[in-house]
Amino acid sequence: MCFEAKRLIKLALGPVLMLMGATVMAAGGEVNQMNMSPGVTEVGKQIFDLHMIILGICTIIGIGVFGVMFYSIIYHRKSKGVTPATFHESTTVEIAWTVIPFLILIGMAVPATSTLLSIYDHDEAEMDILVTGYQWKWKYEYLDEDGENVSFFSNLRTPRSEIYNTEKKGEHYLLEVDEPVVIPENTKVRFLITANDVIHSWWVPELAVKKDAIPGFINEAWTRTSEAGIYRGQCAELCGKDHGFMPIVVNVVSRQEYDEWLGAKQTEAAEIKALMAQTFTMDELMERGKAVYDRNCLACHGANGEGGVGTPIADSAIATGELGGHLDVGINGVPGTAMQAFGGQLNDVDMAAVVTYQRNAFGNNMGDMVQPIDVFNHKKG
Amino acid sequence: MGDHHHGPAKGLGRWLFTTNHKDIGTMYLWFSFAMFILGGFFAMVIRAELFQPGMQLVDPAFFNQMTTLHGLVMVFGAIMPSFVGLANWLIPMMIGAPDMALPRMNNWSFWILPPTFLLLASTLFMEGGAPAFGWTFYAPLSTTYAPPSVTFFIFSVHVLGLSSIMGSINIIATVMNMRAPGMTYMKMPLFVWTWLITAFLLVAVMPVLAGAVTMMLMDIHFGTSFFSAAGGGDPVLFQHVFWFFGHPEVYIIILPAFGVVSQIIPAFSRKPLFGYDSMVYATASIAFLSFIVWAHHMYTVGMPIAGELFFMYATMLIAVPTGVKVFNWVSTMWRGALSFETPMLFSLGFLVLFTLGGFTGLMLSIAPSDFQYHDSYFVVAHFHYVMVAGAVFSMTAAVYYWLPKWCGRMYNESMGKTHFWISFIGFNLTFFPQHFVGLAGMPRRIPDYALQFTDFNMMSSVGAFIYGASQILFLYNVIATIVAGKPVSDEKVWDGAEGLEWTLPTPAPYHTFETPPKIDPAHAHS
Amino acid sequence: MIRLSANPAIDTVIKLVTVAVAMFAFVFVVMVPLYDVLCDALGINGKTSGQAYTAVQAGVDEERVVTVQFVATNNEGMPWEFGPSQTAMKVHPGAVNDTVFFARNPLPKAMVAQAIPSVSPARAAEYFHKTECFCFNQQPLEGESAADMPLQFIVDQDLPRDIKTITLSYTIFDVTDMVNGSVAAR
Repeated sequence: MCFEAKRLIKLALGPVLMLMGATVMAAGGEVNQMNMSPGVTEVGKQIFDLHMIILGICTIIGIGVFGVMFYSIIYHRKSKGVTPATFHESTTVEIAWTVIPFLILIGMAVPATSTLLSIYDHDEAEMDILVTGYQWKWKYEYLDEDGENVSFFSNLRTPRSEIYNTEKKGEHYLLEVDEPVVIPENTKVRFLITANDVIHSWWVPELAVKKDAIPGFINEAWTRTSEAGIYRGQCAELCGKDHGFMPIVVNVVSRQEYDEWLGAKQTEAAEIKALMAQTFTMDELMERGKAVYDRNCLACHGANGEGGVGTPIADSAIATGELGGHLDVGINGVPGTAMQAFGGQLNDVDMAAVVTYQRNAFGNNMGDMVQPIDVFNHKKG
Repeated sequence: MGDHHHGPAKGLGRWLFTTNHKDIGTMYLWFSFAMFILGGFFAMVIRAELFQPGMQLVDPAFFNQMTTLHGLVMVFGAIMPSFVGLANWLIPMMIGAPDMALPRMNNWSFWILPPTFLLLASTLFMEGGAPAFGWTFYAPLSTTYAPPSVTFFIFSVHVLGLSSIMGSINIIATVMNMRAPGMTYMKMPLFVWTWLITAFLLVAVMPVLAGAVTMMLMDIHFGTSFFSAAGGGDPVLFQHVFWFFGHPEVYIIILPAFGVVSQIIPAFSRKPLFGYDSMVYATASIAFLSFIVWAHHMYTVGMPIAGELFFMYATMLIAVPTGVKVFNWVSTMWRGALSFETPMLFSLGFLVLFTLGGFTGLMLSIAPSDFQYHDSYFVVAHFHYVMVAGAVFSMTAAVYYWLPKWCGRMYNESMGKTHFWISFIGFNLTFFPQHFVGLAGMPRRIPDYALQFTDFNMMSSVGAFIYGASQILFLYNVIATIVAGKPVSDEKVWDGAEGLEWTLPTPAPYHTFETPPKIDPAHAHS
Repeated sequence: MIRLSANPAIDTVIKLVTVAVAMFAFVFVVMVPLYDVLCDALGINGKTSGQAYTAVQAGVDEERVVTVQFVATNNEGMPWEFGPSQTAMKVHPGAVNDTVFFARNPLPKAMVAQAIPSVSPARAAEYFHKTECFCFNQQPLEGESAADMPLQFIVDQDLPRDIKTITLSYTIFDVTDMVNGSVAAR
């Protein structure tokens, strides 16, 4: 109630806010931000300055043009009894207003060209991250010269309950992910950008990076951030149903924290490898499986396995059928449908857990368990 | 030739079989208004969903269908046919011709439109839903990942293209061959000039669009790989072909609007248009430049730097002829004797808001900044300033300006002015805040957004409902005028109006200029 | 101006229809091939030549070292395991280098794949020559089998000095249906 009232007041004040727009220089991602953010990179600041220069020139020209126009509107009215002039051309004036704008444009082209050159700089980067767009998530792979690549998927973390208004929306509604991409500050990071299905576009305003992710081809962009912090962005190219639900979160940390994080990720990868040899209890699998399900399956198959975009899982032929067939769907997907192949996205432990969960939740009661080794063996054939 | 002097036939047959340019113009205008309402309805769904964060009314898949159909219906159903309707009504009257050069084809080019849009709208009820890949339909979202209805979409685009090409050929043939003796090219009203150039653009680029959708069709159904990397094709090729059509297309939409405003501003300034010759040359330069700037829609696609620079410089150049036009209009007003009837108000609204859209266009042309603007709401704000405040405002001005000549009745002036002010406020409330959210990082074509964008989106939605509602007033005013407006009989409805159409009786008879008018060789252009 | 009809309006129509038809043809016979030519010449999208490089480099620049990075991506619906055997190589411009990518088809059915190469930075594409590549042909693989796929390449001596790292990316697509479809069509 109070919330709504506040909104209405703000709404009423909207036009006033707009007029103040030029003076409000909000930092990135602030509520009611009205201008571009200079961000935290040298290139971003250059782009911001360029943006302000062009905006300034346009404003001055605009004031001139509208000034003359409104002068006419006020003073050259028929109701004031004026006699209209009859002039209808002037070569001098017409040449002037062709040549002068041309010169102004040259003036704009100079800083624009130099900024573009700095965006296209090819100095050696210290690290490379392969960014792959998927419908509708991002995958990050840290390329390592020794072959110890770290890779993970980054999914929207905002729960459906917030999106569908049954719960209060959190501070970073729609701009939060389960696993952010982590980069060190003051380091030139190169992003190699591609896509798995349709065209996406990787955009983080404060890093001043926007580059299309095109299936089959690779693009590159780079950044060097001067400030640690969490920076948020979104997919910028329409990529289907959940285009609005595949955010990007970049966590910029100190070099030391980065090294620790990377070390931990490498350890984690090793642990998963170790876990694969383990045998889990039903409870362990069900608990892990629910978490995996909620993150990866729920959007299409529903919170209670009732289906949606995807087919129902509750009482389905696959989830209550032969185990091999179920694993096959999970690992390889169903070609020609929205059901993706999760074999490359989930590790074997998670795959085992989620299949077990699907077979023993939502009223399905198969009682069988899948262990990581079963998934591994199924993949090996 | 008594045959020529009968009035219109009676009943439905009149409209089905008519070859009269006025009848066909009327049908185009009503059809485009119906499409404007339909496209506007889609826009209302979009704005209602975006009124606040969270998904309330529609699901994301349907939202995408709405943005796609809104764009397609507005561009191909509302704006383009409305200007074709205007051309039909006015060009023969402005150049002293009895009718269009190809009246039978004129009938066909109109009558293939309604079934096509019916087909396009029916995709909403098909399995898999309507096209949901945006009006720019980038592959592979529109090929490999498209709903089955894409085939109907492709067919629709083909037919629309055919209709546009037929309409354009007719306009060119009329202007080139049917001018009254003494009506030299440099005496033609600017509206005729802008349409002539537009028609050439259409003939040149609608086949390119047809080519793009044909390649899609072949990729989808015949196993080719124009746009699929797997078979050696390239999804980026689609964007090049599309924008090779798409950029001239936006000038196709705006050039006739320039023509309309160039007729109306002198009339209400009671002073001849300033710089007629430079207006013609500026229009031609804009048309030429439109062919070499297409990749400015694709700065983030990963072009070599030489490409980025070329397209940036070429795009910036467009500001020169566009600037010339704005300066000419302002100079036309300078030391005139201005009055502010509804057509003039809409023309001035056009002038101010189109200029703002031009400024943001210049900003968008700057490649490095575009890395931040691209595909954000800043772009949405920009093109609505040029499409709605540009094309639609000038079209509205045209209707108010010529309606009394067409039907011999005067519209309600105070209602017209009210319509203008509500439109003007509603429009700006809708689209001005979109500049802010765009700069702050809100991508376009998203059904839901982060909380910091809430207030401006709410304003935007309120503005959209206001702008939408103002169209009901417009519709009422037009119908009321036709049915029961105050009769006018002066040939010159507006004291400052110039041109052959104002030498005809009011209302304009069913057949006009069956004998060509005499044109005073000393008299300048109208 | 040539008159194509006694009726001037029909004359205009014939000419304009010709223009429209020509523009439609222009898309297919000019734009598409021209785009491919420009892509090869300028390295748009990092496209490399689909033909084996046969020229011989003048010599090996022992002074200069360029890092060549290998990246692999599976397109949607492609279940193969696919990747480089080594993630990066340090090479001298002018020298002939060999590496292999491994591929494994985990499904019980035979499949055909097509790998699409792309080089970044795109500017480097025209200086990256493949003398032998699995990407020149479609790669069939029996069910549940694996293969090493060879790649031999030369980095051109004229590679711009500021480029120190070249990334070669392969995206692998499942073209089984495409191949079978065209066989069936024949």
